[in-house]
Amino acid sequence: MKSLGSIRRDFAPWTDPNAKPYIQFENVTKKFGDFTAVNNLSLTIFEREFFALLGASGCGKSTLLRMLAGFEEPTAGRILLDGQDLRGIPPYRRPVNMMFQSYALFPHMSVEKNIAFGLKQEGMPAPDIEKRVAEMLKLVKLEQFAKRKPHQLSGGQRQRVALARSVAKRPKVLLLDEPLGALDKKLREETQFELMDLQQNLGLTFVVVTHDQEEAMTMADRIAIIDKGEVMQVATPAEVYEAPSSRFVAHFVGNVNMFEGKVAERAANTTRITGSTGAQIVVENSTDTKAGSDIVFAIRPEKIKVSSKKPADAVNALEGEVYDIAYLGDMTVYHVRLDDGQIIRASALNAARVTEDPLTWNDRAWVSFRPDAGVVLTR
Amino acid sequence: MNTTWSRFNVTSVVLGFAFLYLPIVLLVVFSFNESKLVTVWGGFSTKWYVSLFHNQGLMDAAWVTARVGVISATVATVLGTLAALTLTRYTRFRGRILFSGMVFAPLVMPEVITGLSLLLLFVAVGLDRGFFTVTLAHITLTMCFVAVVVQSRLVSFDRSLEEAAMDLGATPVKTFFQITLPVIAPAIVSGWMLAFTLSLDDLVIASFTSGPGATTLPMKIYSQVRLGVTPEINAACTILIAVVAVGVIIASVANKRREVQRQIDEQAAQRG
Repeated sequence: MKSLGSIRRDFAPWTDPNAKPYIQFENVTKKFGDFTAVNNLSLTIFEREFFALLGASGCGKSTLLRMLAGFEEPTAGRILLDGQDLRGIPPYRRPVNMMFQSYALFPHMSVEKNIAFGLKQEGMPAPDIEKRVAEMLKLVKLEQFAKRKPHQLSGGQRQRVALARSVAKRPKVLLLDEPLGALDKKLREETQFELMDLQQNLGLTFVVVTHDQEEAMTMADRIAIIDKGEVMQVATPAEVYEAPSSRFVAHFVGNVNMFEGKVAERAANTTRITGSTGAQIVVENSTDTKAGSDIVFAIRPEKIKVSSKKPADAVNALEGEVYDIAYLGDMTVYHVRLDDGQIIRASALNAARVTEDPLTWNDRAWVSFRPDAGVVLTR
Repeated sequence: MNTTWSRFNVTSVVLGFAFLYLPIVLLVVFSFNESKLVTVWGGFSTKWYVSLFHNQGLMDAAWVTARVGVISATVATVLGTLAALTLTRYTRFRGRILFSGMVFAPLVMPEVITGLSLLLLFVAVGLDRGFFTVTLAHITLTMCFVAVVVQSRLVSFDRSLEEAAMDLGATPVKTFFQITLPVIAPAIVSGWMLAFTLSLDDLVIASFTSGPGATTLPMKIYSQVRLGVTPEINAACTILIAVVAVGVIIASVANKRREVQRQIDEQAAQRG
């Protein structure tokens, strides 16, 4: 496999077998009555990592965060932070702080009192608190709002107060529960980069829970994809996207086309697949798959080329008819119905203002792709 | 909204208000009557107010009522708040439904029954009836009202506020006093005021549970009226009405102001 590394240069402790894990979930199970929210889950997070827990609502990702914060205790298994077992330690004695989805700003306190709250509990001397609060206000650019009450702030400002309050104590780990969920799209994009800068500058470990795959891909060093209380895959954003480990992950992150079929022939590094409707494709595949076994070839839309004529050099080319076109400005999405009935989604970047090979509804078209453009999945 | 004043609208509003307030207006007007006869106007005078303040019996009763009201409202507020906390926070303990039913039963219990049962209890226990027993009875009566008011606020209380406080290092006790209590304080204050008003107003339960030397104002007024209504009583009632009205007006004006200020702030925040 070619490089599918971290977005941060020289930061990949998960590839180092000697690296010391910082947060460890060891066979953690959490049950609420009969409902199993987290099922025998193990996970390792490293120091200074920006780690994202990604999953649909109700998948158990928030429960993981709440167990780390101390609001829930695991039914079985244990959670270690820097080698210390967290069982039985109440939330107010854990060196982690959380930023809540609802922000949970204290409505009867001003911005500065909100930020100072945690420091006061610590028994920090008043002059030091004042200094730290000023520092935090500067960090989130809210100096002139120190005396305001939460209800006198806009949504974006409240989010920043919540952030300042949760990092004021310099926790070892900052937990963020859907930190950008309540912001509008434009503000969300800006804030994503601010959060990444903040994490780099303070050198903290961030664990963020989100259902937004774009958010996770943008910010995180690694993503854990959670479904029904289990980890489906833990990998860098690039790996999750380009080398998903299962159909679930491939479907969950981004768009994907799936060719279902059987292994027809296995060569050294390539596999010939007979599709369920008879079409033949040849793909690169390093996993060991036996001839005759059921597999799926997953390929992203942008890796498929659509053309009106069959490309001369294409290894894999399938013929069909343009079924639908969506023009999105920066790119165009084609839905091509193959002659065997399967619908393929392909996207083309609109690099030029005028395309040389115009296609329109009901045109005959070819979809083609390279053998290494997708991945073979067995589960 | 339709703002035209048709004859029908005006008539119904006048009749409605007359129905509600004419008796009170009459009472207030006749408290300034020169004549000793309650229903015959003999000119304007404030002499009944002067004589009221020299009527030691009424003044003593007013003092008893005030003390009973403040003490019983305060104790009922503490107990009612605790009950409300238990009911909203611990949703799964044995006998919760029974407990909530029993907390709220006095709301619908006829006062005569509450009064009578309390009287029987005090007699059985051998408690001398007086100031202490009236206060105790009023605590029983008003606690459930406080619980209802505070509970309705707690239901909409965002629990993540408490979690955030604990997450930042506050122990559960500190969290309660620094976060929970200040946030629900308005509900507790209105609970206290409701309890105080109820205690001020109560005649039935007080009649059953009080003894010599602990006559409350409503009891005193009632017993005097049986001997004939004097303008003095009118004056006492007018003062009572004024006290309650001023309290209600201050509370609602303050509330309205806060609301308006809040809206202005929020609009400003959205713009800025």
